[in-house]
Amino acid sequence: MDGESDAEGGLALVGVSLRYGPAGPLVLHELSFAVAAGGFRWLLGPSGAGKTSLLRLLTLAVRPSSGALRVLGAAIENTRRADLPPLRRRIGVVFQDFRLLPHLSAFDNVALPLRLAGRPEGQVRADVSEMIRWVGLTRRLDARPAELSGGEQQRVAIARAVICRPALLLADEPTGNLDDAQAARLMQLLGELNRLGTTVIVATHNESLVRRHPADALVLEEGRLVETPDHVHG
Amino acid sequence: MSMAEHTLPAVSLRPRQADDLGLRRALSDRLLPLLVAAMAFLAVLALGGAVAARGLAAHWRGDAAALLTVQVPQPEGAGGAGAGGLTRAAAVERALAGEAGVLSARRLTHAEIEALLSPWLGGDTSGLAMTLPAVFEVHAATSSVTADLSARLQTLAPGTLVEANGVWFDRLGALAGSLQACAALALALVAFVATAVVAVATRAGIAARRDAIEIVHGLGATDGMIAGRFAARLTVLTFAGALTGVLGAVPILLIIAALTAPFASAQAAGAEIASRLPLVLWAALPTLPLTAGCIGWVTAQLTVRAWLAALP
Repeated sequence: MDGESDAEGGLALVGVSLRYGPAGPLVLHELSFAVAAGGFRWLLGPSGAGKTSLLRLLTLAVRPSSGALRVLGAAIENTRRADLPPLRRRIGVVFQDFRLLPHLSAFDNVALPLRLAGRPEGQVRADVSEMIRWVGLTRRLDARPAELSGGEQQRVAIARAVICRPALLLADEPTGNLDDAQAARLMQLLGELNRLGTTVIVATHNESLVRRHPADALVLEEGRLVETPDHVHG
Repeated sequence: MSMAEHTLPAVSLRPRQADDLGLRRALSDRLLPLLVAAMAFLAVLALGGAVAARGLAAHWRGDAAALLTVQVPQPEGAGGAGAGGLTRAAAVERALAGEAGVLSARRLTHAEIEALLSPWLGGDTSGLAMTLPAVFEVHAATSSVTADLSARLQTLAPGTLVEANGVWFDRLGALAGSLQACAALALALVAFVATAVVAVATRAGIAARRDAIEIVHGLGATDGMIAGRFAARLTVLTFAGALTGVLGAVPILLIIAALTAPFASAQAAGAEIASRLPLVLWAALPTLPLTAGCIGWVTAQLTVRAWLAALP
């Protein structure tokens, strides 16, 4: 079990359930687990198990229907809505469907978190250029998402997620559109960020990827946590 | 400077207030400014009507309402009780001069009376068997001095007529007030419709950029940032639309002013084209685009923030 799971950078759930709408069915049931700051977890489970819903909870896209959720030191159920944006800026997310802004270039998509954080434009240019180079899209800077392949879009999404060096990085099938070399490169990046203190949670179906990078896993089935190395008994 | 900057091709960087949400396309610069321009056009006409009605009402309730005409028949005859041996006309003239509330009283000359009567009697009245009355043009402080004045003048010179148009001017003043109220109502209606149009356009923009809004919201954009982007865009569109409408309405206003000049004061009738519009109207016109811009900004802020409030 990780140590101070609710400290800055970590997260903890105690009896967290989620339903969409007041009368909707429960999609997550009484989840309790913790990940310490700088921890790494695979999030595994079949399609429809609730992995994406759990990631939506952790990205603060929804609030839990019940239970206690603590993200980066903040008790989300008690956090005022106006206090959530600064918290979100410390969370990097790689969405399964990329969620790039279609009217912006690759460069501007990657630059978006920095601009929202109010970074000076000179720093934005330097940081984004470096990141774009790292993900191998130097020649595609001005391309819109519609002009990029699936793999290229995914790399832009990854670059956008890590450009602010987030305290918490959540990725939903981040290697789904990448070839083996690119996937290995991505895992190297995630490993580096993790070593620098970023808490990383990666949802995937890719068993070979999990085998090549062994780490603790959270396994979901039908919205319930069936396997966790650091289950919190609430 | 990082090494990457040397190896990267040039990229056109945009300022921080760039169009992150793609609002230039979602909120196009065609329909909304056109609608706002039409409303600004109507607002200018309503404003012109209100200002004109206000001017007429002030005129009717002021100088014109307090203008009396006093006719003294048989002016050279002996005055009645209290005339002190003066002729009827002289007694009335003295009474008018001493009357509280009378600012000035001028007896019309014989030539002026002849000019007034010329449509009916011809230019020369020397052959008339009857004596022309003495006519006094009286400026009173208010239109309410006539009641007692008429009774006193009757004593001095029986048969004296005091004609006051106060009642009619009061009615015309009430009519002008109604016109002002209608114009104010029209302005309020235009502002309401403008607000509704901006709100609908904002919601259409939100619908068109819902995904983008949710993405930037998820990346940590505050409500103020997102609403500010919408508000900035809509302020520009409404301001530009209103400015176009005002510029388009001014020539029409000048034409109307030229056509109605004979009904206005003699000063206005003979004035330069630009001077035919009251100064207050010229001063009010620039406020319309500013008001439209404010409506755009406030409405967009409220509409977007209300929508964002549903997000976590």
